[in-house]
Amino acid sequence: MLAWVLHRISGLAIVIFVSMHMLASFFQHQMGSNLGTSINIIYESMYFQIFIYFVVIFHALNGLRIIILDTWPQLLEYQRESIWLEWLIFIPLYALAVYMMIQQLLKG
Amino acid sequence: MTSRPAPRLGFSFEYIMWIFTRISGFSMLVLAVVGVSLAFWMGARTQMDMIALLRWTFFPNSFHVVNSGVPDVTQGWANAFWQIMEILMIFFAGTHGINGLRNVLEDYIGPSWARVFLRGLLFGIWLFMVIVGLYIILTI
Repeated sequence: MLAWVLHRISGLAIVIFVSMHMLASFFQHQMGSNLGTSINIIYESMYFQIFIYFVVIFHALNGLRIIILDTWPQLLEYQRESIWLEWLIFIPLYALAVYMMIQQLLKG
Repeated sequence: MTSRPAPRLGFSFEYIMWIFTRISGFSMLVLAVVGVSLAFWMGARTQMDMIALLRWTFFPNSFHVVNSGVPDVTQGWANAFWQIMEILMIFFAGTHGINGLRNVLEDYIGPSWARVFLRGLLFGIWLFMVIVGLYIILTI
């Protein structure tokens, strides 16, 4: 249930992020407008990046789990274990990304 | 709410989009792995920071590496191969995303004129996204 809710929320977040980022890029480089720059300033901020990495990495890993379970339905018996395994991969991967970003921020 | 049941096998719109969601999701993972592997092969380990590398992984566009330590992006980081990778990525991501949005909306909106209107609107947004994406990729 939690994985399902998070998959849905992260999917919507990615759709909004990608379309806004595309429009920003279009305004900045093709139209030479400042609107794109102001959108991109939000995206380059630390907090936004920490959020977007959570969303993207979770959606990718959970999507891979869904693809595997749909391709081999006999594995559905181990659905609970598959979610545990997913968090077991997600937490170190995300922690590493956040650690490296904070390290870079402190370095300046 | 629970997840929707898988559609029945056959040549129907729901089934095609169901299978497309799986194929495009897996393809985007493959594109990301290929992109990041080639970036390491081109020397990203010493020239790029983590943030630039992740940006490149999500979308292999030369504007995503121009502010990192890569001396000249025209040497291998911006060419027809990466443009094809970007076009594939934007097509898969846009279609996967807009279809996902349609799935979420149709869980809350039953068959009615509103659903027909939303489908039309989402199709328009999808077309706009793919065209703007192609324009950006081909003119950068």
